[in-house]
Amino acid sequence: MSDAVAGPDQFTGATPDNALRNAERADGPMLAADGRPLKASLARSLRRSKLRALLLIAPLLLFILLTFIAPIADMLFRSVENQIVSETLPRTVIALDKWDGETVPGEPVFLALVGDLNIAVERKAHTRLGSRLNYETTGISSLFRKTGRGVDEIGETAMEQVIGVNALWEEPATWVALMADPDWIEAQAEWAAEETERAEPRFRLNGAVEEALPLSADLYRAFARTIQVEDEDSPTEEEPWPVIYRALVQDLAALGPLPEELAASGVPIASLEEAAGGFLMEDVSAAFLDIDEDWADPEVWGTIEAFSDPYTAGYFLGAIDRQLTPQGIERQPENQRVYGTLFLRTLWMSLLITGSCILLGYPIAWLLANLPVRTANLLMILVLLPFWTSLLVRTSAWKVLLQQQGVINDILVWSGILNDANRLVMINNATGTVIAMTHILLPFMILPLYSVMKTIDPSYLRAAKSLGATNGTAFWRVYFPLSVPGIGAGSILVFILAIGYYITPELVGGTKGVFISNRIAYHISTSLNWGLAAALGSILLALVLLLYWLYDRIVGIDNVKLGG
Amino acid sequence: MKLKTIALTSTALGVASLAFAEGHMADEMTIVSWGGAYQTSQQKAYSEPYAADTGVSITWDESSAEATAKMRAMAEAGNITWDVVDVVAADAIRLCDEGLAMEIDHDEMLAPGDDGSTASEDFGELIVSDCFIPQIVYSTTFGYRTDVAEWNGAEPEDVCAVFDLETFPGQRSLEQRPIANLEWALICDGVPIEEVYDVLETEEGQDRAFAKLDTIKDSVIWWTAGAETPQLLADGEVVLGSTYNGRLFSAIEEQDQPIAMLWDWQMFDLDGWIIPAGLSEEREARALDFVRFATDTQRLADQAKYISYGPARQSSAPLVGQHADLGIDMAPHMPTDPANAENTFLFNYEWWADYRDDLDAKFQAWLAQ
Repeated sequence: MSDAVAGPDQFTGATPDNALRNAERADGPMLAADGRPLKASLARSLRRSKLRALLLIAPLLLFILLTFIAPIADMLFRSVENQIVSETLPRTVIALDKWDGETVPGEPVFLALVGDLNIAVERKAHTRLGSRLNYETTGISSLFRKTGRGVDEIGETAMEQVIGVNALWEEPATWVALMADPDWIEAQAEWAAEETERAEPRFRLNGAVEEALPLSADLYRAFARTIQVEDEDSPTEEEPWPVIYRALVQDLAALGPLPEELAASGVPIASLEEAAGGFLMEDVSAAFLDIDEDWADPEVWGTIEAFSDPYTAGYFLGAIDRQLTPQGIERQPENQRVYGTLFLRTLWMSLLITGSCILLGYPIAWLLANLPVRTANLLMILVLLPFWTSLLVRTSAWKVLLQQQGVINDILVWSGILNDANRLVMINNATGTVIAMTHILLPFMILPLYSVMKTIDPSYLRAAKSLGATNGTAFWRVYFPLSVPGIGAGSILVFILAIGYYITPELVGGTKGVFISNRIAYHISTSLNWGLAAALGSILLALVLLLYWLYDRIVGIDNVKLGG
Repeated sequence: MKLKTIALTSTALGVASLAFAEGHMADEMTIVSWGGAYQTSQQKAYSEPYAADTGVSITWDESSAEATAKMRAMAEAGNITWDVVDVVAADAIRLCDEGLAMEIDHDEMLAPGDDGSTASEDFGELIVSDCFIPQIVYSTTFGYRTDVAEWNGAEPEDVCAVFDLETFPGQRSLEQRPIANLEWALICDGVPIEEVYDVLETEEGQDRAFAKLDTIKDSVIWWTAGAETPQLLADGEVVLGSTYNGRLFSAIEEQDQPIAMLWDWQMFDLDGWIIPAGLSEEREARALDFVRFATDTQRLADQAKYISYGPARQSSAPLVGQHADLGIDMAPHMPTDPANAENTFLFNYEWWADYRDDLDAKFQAWLAQ
């Protein structure tokens, strides 16, 4: 036995290790055949073979990245993404910066909102924004839908008065002459003469006008581009929205003497500026309140402001029964707290299911590993049989068995153990979920247990007994510890599968036996609140990783074996 | 001879113009529906005659239950594989809000009624969204077992029997969502129907509805799929339960179960077609051609031969005949039949669009308590 103590270091003679050591001891580095230092040459060939290995697995790696990691990352990203508010209402969000948060915002905010909403209606984005904000404050969905129907009329009094001064203002050409960059007008005329399939050149604003008439120029540019993109129409053909007339009058009122470029543009703007002072101007905010008085509700504005950032913690807060309000983070009222309970229930019931799988699976795995091959094979087929039946069929079968008028209750009543009035409630509650899921997940416990038990040499047990151990001691002190890696592997499999299950709980869980995944499924497919679903999913993923880490600390992941 | 020539020429012309129109339409399409007896009725009444007329090849997909989520995913992936989708009106509104469904000009794109009315007059207020093409009116209503010994011969006559555990003991089944259940709870708590939604908008009103549901909470099995209640009723697991009226019709008339209908305060809901936004021109033309065909007066009346859902056009009602296999008159089994429709309400889409997120959270929290 003493020879075994000698490690590789004890060998003398020409081993690669010794060669390296000799080289270090000598003056220079040892050289390879091509004259390079041997160390570098070795490292190079190692690197090359690593690279080759990497190339070999590259298809798989790419496949996993593209089809597994990327979708998960994309889904998780939705839990914080919230660009829709700032993209749909960019002007309003900026105007709201100066809002005090308590009273109804002033005219500038409403004017910005008309502009934004006109564009949003054209792009059919206002209803989507409404349903997004409705997750946070009840009633915003219909508020936006209703406002979307009336918003194109806001500004009509101004429009009528402008046209009253000079009917030319009804002509799209007048507006183009005033607003557009002369270069664009030229390019557009060329494009129109060409009759090509190409889209019209993108509208460009006249810089001088932008400076002199900021509000109306900004809105007109938005109008022109929206018309070009959404309707594939041309601003040279379309009359601007009434709100642009309204903005023009306001711009003219604020403007001092008319700049020369404008006066020279050939558009009857001088006469309009003269008349604008005497116009009867409607309040934009009053027009909004006419459509729906909820616009006077600071909570609506608070919600828009609170969710105006491109990223939000709102979904995550929702997922832990909290909400982001204009006043800060608050707990949900007690009658709306769901997710905390569901997370705890999911964890607890998954543990329970894992426990019952160990209890039921261990003896079966032991039998499988110790019976003669013919019988064991038959038993193995019985274990695998459920895999070949549809999950729905198996779950429905449990309904037939467990319900109050079901097979088990009928037998108990028939045999006199129960009387008819006290039939057991075994389904549509937590019991039903635990029973059905234990059955469905049992093979995932049995298979790793079996493959580990198969490798336990029966001679260990015989040796223990020959040394005087009773059957029990031999099992507990010798066999069981050797089978623990199988329990570990089975438990991880069953627990992780259980924590994400939702079909079976949905069918047999009633109200007390459903998991967090059922709510995730609801938000994905019914309420379309994918942000909240993603937040719930992220929390679930984090929980599983945390438990995995704990497991590694306590049991050690090296102690897990899926096979011999 | 001359007459025959003219007839031949006009046929040839007809064929030629048909072929011209055909050239601009896709020759295959995917229709999405709910599966089961409902989809069969659509195949028999709409798609089989349509395919025979046009030779288009039609693929059916049974994904309507997940249609909103799948359509959003398809739109994000930029690959829309569906041409015509059957959805409930609430989903149609959601899809329209999200910009995922195409807006329809009902008068221009759909056939006028046989009685000379325009499509929008014929469908009337059932056009609940710009994207929605109504097809049938169905209702969520109750069925009860007719052989319950504990009831001592009493028979439920109004919806409040659901909340009356003394006269009608036993398990009930209700849908696992707040819609309709909260309305019934308030109606049975003495709130007149025209005030139900005003009451439900207040915190106290919601508490009141939940308190009413509390009285039967321990005796309720909550369902999520329409097939569950008929099954539970047939097994004797529940004595009374809500589901879609067509499901109860097939349990009663086709399977001869000891079940009867309780039509009182049935909630009308609509089901119809939408066309996904962003289809290519050929596919869009095909989809529009199909819905024009499938929602004309005769076709809608034909569907009622196979399933007891009411046609959405007023002009179809007089054409509803007998069941194709059973040979019984279908009119008395329609939710819209005057004898059945004494007390009804229509799913309040706009109200629920606002309050659904909020009340759903409350409902789930209430269930979990």
